[in-house]
Amino acid sequence: MLGGGFLAQRQKLLAWDTPGKLGAPLGPYGERSPFEKAVRWHRDSKTPETGSCFTPLQASVGTITPSSLHYERHHSGIPTIDPSQHRLVIHGMVDRPISLTMAEIQRLPSITRTLVLECGGNSAGEWAARTGPDVQRSYGLVSCSEWTGVPLATLLAEVGVQRTASWVIAEGADACRMERSVPLSKALENSLLAYGQNGEMIRPSQGYPLRLINPGWEGNTNVKWLHSLKLTNQPYMARDETSKYSDLMPDGKARIFTYQMEAKSVITFPSGGQTLPGIGLYELSGLAWSGKGKIERVEITIDGGRSWVAAQLQEPRLPIALTRFRMPWRFDGREAVIASRAIDETGYVQPSREDLVAARGGNSIYHFNGTKFWRVQADGTVTNVDA
Amino acid sequence: MSTRSALALAIAFAGAATLAAQSPRFGVGRPPTPDEVRGLGAAIAPDGGGLPEGSGTVAEGRTLYAARCASCHGPNGEGGGVGAALVGGKGTLATARPLKTVGSFWPHATTVWDYVNRAMPFNQPGLLKPEEVYAVVAYILNLNGIIAEDVVMNASTLPTVKMPNRDGFVADPRPDVGLTNPRKPKP
Repeated sequence: MLGGGFLAQRQKLLAWDTPGKLGAPLGPYGERSPFEKAVRWHRDSKTPETGSCFTPLQASVGTITPSSLHYERHHSGIPTIDPSQHRLVIHGMVDRPISLTMAEIQRLPSITRTLVLECGGNSAGEWAARTGPDVQRSYGLVSCSEWTGVPLATLLAEVGVQRTASWVIAEGADACRMERSVPLSKALENSLLAYGQNGEMIRPSQGYPLRLINPGWEGNTNVKWLHSLKLTNQPYMARDETSKYSDLMPDGKARIFTYQMEAKSVITFPSGGQTLPGIGLYELSGLAWSGKGKIERVEITIDGGRSWVAAQLQEPRLPIALTRFRMPWRFDGREAVIASRAIDETGYVQPSREDLVAARGGNSIYHFNGTKFWRVQADGTVTNVDA
Repeated sequence: MSTRSALALAIAFAGAATLAAQSPRFGVGRPPTPDEVRGLGAAIAPDGGGLPEGSGTVAEGRTLYAARCASCHGPNGEGGGVGAALVGGKGTLATARPLKTVGSFWPHATTVWDYVNRAMPFNQPGLLKPEEVYAVVAYILNLNGIIAEDVVMNASTLPTVKMPNRDGFVADPRPDVGLTNPRKPKP
């Protein structure tokens, strides 16, 4: 009478529990729970090989973005590259041009850095106040990973950069061979030839097997599927640094080589599309980052910007990385208009949308880093304040 | 100093001498083949550096454009549901509705060559021959009224084309906002 013995003592407490039934067997590569549904969002496109998809920041916890939820921006699809067939060529104004295999690159001394990566066009819709209804669609072209690779300076020393060189033209192996011009000073300062992301090889959608990482600079300069670095004495004025990724000002002139990402933050809970289940104490939370260093302070308003108080910052605060901020907040059933603003270690204060538009007009497209307001309504639903 | 520690010190110095004699280089890689340099990183400089031999005419470009480009960019470069507008937009950059095209915005003709060569046609990038790229670039420049019908594009003529918005770009002055005591953000 087995059923009358041990199993009878195991009470079925929860709906999922089936006394006497084993769990799933072990697997070779982990997947998240089937109950977790957060996915990236992207617009329908007639050319699905180009476009962008947005990280579900509203579902994020901590500061690292899972590789599978990292934002993407592609121009001609994701190439399938066999790393044993991949090469990086460093040529142009160098004494000893070289062609390297991945094995040779991975043999070199490596470093690991946690870095935020943000598309230069993140929050582009906010310039005109035409915004997505939630944090994913309005601020979701930002993600944070641990990147591992070889400092580019190591390989530049290896090839011997000639005195006349001042720029590096980086090119990827995607179908359109996307290229960007990077000043040699940046390459020598802290550019990374990354092959690792979050403890494993970079995902194909993030540049497998090799990606140029330019810490703190707009995502597009972080060339994926890197296969060529050409040392030159001039920028090449590529399509993606002239026609695109330049910032048009009200006088009709466009700012060029606007690489630097400035301090920015956004509240992820409560944020647009979410609903507070009732009156009570909550933990308001969000993410702050700066391309120029550490986040020094994050301030929060719950009264539409009339007063600001400092939030708690999750330690350790890493330079050029997502920093989680938090503040206990009692929702009393009255409408609240909430926002955050970040201050980085250079003293730079995240500006308002109004200040940005006053300085740059509405045609800039890129580098919107204004404060983001959410309206928590009396019934607990949260909307975009411009909705 | 004991004999033993003297010996240890001698070994340490010998080790240091060996390290110092090593090249600071890792010696990885091999010289790239000419094909690798041609095939990877075949970027074109604004001064025309990297442009291959060959040439193309506006008339040749017109035929090629109709066959390979018009379905996305429109019969006359006006843009379509898929491809961006390639002509027009002159005088719109300082308005509320700027139209950024090759004619109104792109500062260098070499960039058009480089981009068509590497990225177009969208669904088959990299398959145009240099003569075809010269021709289609000639046609796009002609559509914009930048070169005349009879001007041939090649490695010498292309870099000398003066684009209308050549002087339309300025250096990044940021931080221009957010440095001191911002106005209180309002919803």
